[in-house]
Amino acid sequence: MSTTRAAPASSSHRSAPRRGRSGGDDRRLTWRNRLYRFDMRYMPYLMIAPFFLLFIVFGLFPLLFNAVVSLRNYRLDDPTLPYWAGFANFSKLVGDEDFWNALYNTFGIFLLSSVPQLLLALVVASLLNRRLRAQTWWRVGVLLPYVTPIVASTMVFSVFFSRDFGMANWVLGLFGLGGPDDPIDWRADKLHSWIAVATMVNWKWIGYNALLYLAAMQSIPRDVYEAAAIDGAGPWKQLWRITVPMIQPVVLFTVILSTIGGLQLFTEPMLFDPNAQAATGGPNGEWQTIAQLIYKVGWKDLNLGYAAAMSWALFLIILIVAGINYVLTNRLSGGRK
Amino acid sequence: MTAVAPPRTATPARRKPRLMARAPQDTPAGFWTYLFLAVTLLFAAFPLYWMFVIATSNDEALAKLPPAIIPGDRFMTNVDEVFSLQDVYFAASLVNSVIVSTVVTASVLFFCSLAGFAFAKLRFKGSSALMLFVVLTLTVPNQLGIVALYIVMGKLGWNGTLLAVIAPGLVTAFGVFYMRQFIVNTVPDELVESARMDGATTMRVYANIVLPAIRPALAVLGLLTFVATWNDFQWPLITLSGTDFPTSMVAVSDLASGNYVIYRRVLAGAFIATVPLLVMLFIGGRQIVRGIMEGAVKS
Repeated sequence: MSTTRAAPASSSHRSAPRRGRSGGDDRRLTWRNRLYRFDMRYMPYLMIAPFFLLFIVFGLFPLLFNAVVSLRNYRLDDPTLPYWAGFANFSKLVGDEDFWNALYNTFGIFLLSSVPQLLLALVVASLLNRRLRAQTWWRVGVLLPYVTPIVASTMVFSVFFSRDFGMANWVLGLFGLGGPDDPIDWRADKLHSWIAVATMVNWKWIGYNALLYLAAMQSIPRDVYEAAAIDGAGPWKQLWRITVPMIQPVVLFTVILSTIGGLQLFTEPMLFDPNAQAATGGPNGEWQTIAQLIYKVGWKDLNLGYAAAMSWALFLIILIVAGINYVLTNRLSGGRK
Repeated sequence: MTAVAPPRTATPARRKPRLMARAPQDTPAGFWTYLFLAVTLLFAAFPLYWMFVIATSNDEALAKLPPAIIPGDRFMTNVDEVFSLQDVYFAASLVNSVIVSTVVTASVLFFCSLAGFAFAKLRFKGSSALMLFVVLTLTVPNQLGIVALYIVMGKLGWNGTLLAVIAPGLVTAFGVFYMRQFIVNTVPDELVESARMDGATTMRVYANIVLPAIRPALAVLGLLTFVATWNDFQWPLITLSGTDFPTSMVAVSDLASGNYVIYRRVLAGAFIATVPLLVMLFIGGRQIVRGIMEGAVKS
């Protein structure tokens, strides 16, 4: 019996243990055979199962379930409402001034943070892309903001941007701008609060993006530069004519990353507000972002259904903007040959 | 090490073609490069330094011009105040952050290396389709499911507990992707095959061959995961605020709530919550840099 069984699975026979003893033990052999077949066939699935299970339960399912919630009346403070809301949450969204205001703020802050962020990262990367003494330490150094909790750095910047004794106004005063007699109130209007919040975002991400660019720069073949140098291109020209087009895939990657991150901005605008708990982003919503509004609608106004609808709107917006930015960057960074 | 090749296009020019033809990474940095880098570093470090200055000062340091730039001597006073504030639970929050970050990091390392190994070296039906799924989910911002996640956690009865913060972080698509790439490149097929021939089970191959080979990648992924988990704010705020069980980020934000915010306390708390990460950067900086740069080239 055991021989007929073992015969077809000759490969398993070969790889069965050759520890010498118990070669004739039939039961043991079939057991090992089964174990082997199980190991080959099903073990891979067992190994990837934890990832997929956890990811589906806590990642994918919430995302899809969000769609269901957005079609429901889901108010934590009023469970008596009818179960389904249809598209009421979405039609409410269209006429919601808070939503459009938050969208406007989000885009404003996004522009002020992503463009300088990536341009400065490019400059820092090209500085790091020289033969440096203590090379590793320079690279580690520019990562200081990256490991700093946004909660902590935002608290520092909140003090920097205070009206009366803030570091920002003091520095500007040295250059004859504002000054102690006519200090800028960074929390009083849109533009100034956007600049303050964008500064925090820029500070956090320039070093990280610079390292991404640096990695790509170092994989550019050296002879490309040789040719350029013979053509007489200086360092600045080299950066724009050679380096940027050559690292274009990574540039696209960072543009997409900063779009996804920038449009979901939450912690910085949240904690820039001295009255953070209200999540209004300033007394009149001067710098309230969409992520912040979702938080306010969901957990301060307790209207989870409406917050879910807003999340879906944000998802769509991110998709569209990421697509537009992809095309734009593709043109700008590759087209100038 | 790599000798600069002599210029092949033989124009014995006077404008030193040997120097000009160097790629940037072979050109020694000059004075201006060092100066600009030093300024960059100053900008990167100054907010951290200043956080420490205020954390060590009295209230007056924040009410004078020019601003204080030298640390005071009240660090321990401020720290004492932070730890003794009643409804902030600062000490507990630090313990919670350590628990959450450690559990999440250990889990990510284990499950992602396991799945990464399966995708890199094992043959099974549907493996490429499943891997494609992993890659696609890399780009999905899962913050957008946060409302539904809150409802799911509510049904499980986990809201307001550390479980709610830990569970969503236990695996990451990036972790699987990163591990798969690393294992494909560093673990030779022949090694896996010959271990198989000797009768090693898949798990034994994982434990005895794969794990030792991917130690550098584990260090990188572990550091990145720990930092990200420690710093996470939005979801912990939603599920933990108002409980006596916050993470350190939620506790720091609690320090800054109320009508009259005492910033030397806030920044003392923020500083304490930042120090563990600065230590990690100091010790594991090389690995973190490598992780970020490798991720860039591969994706």
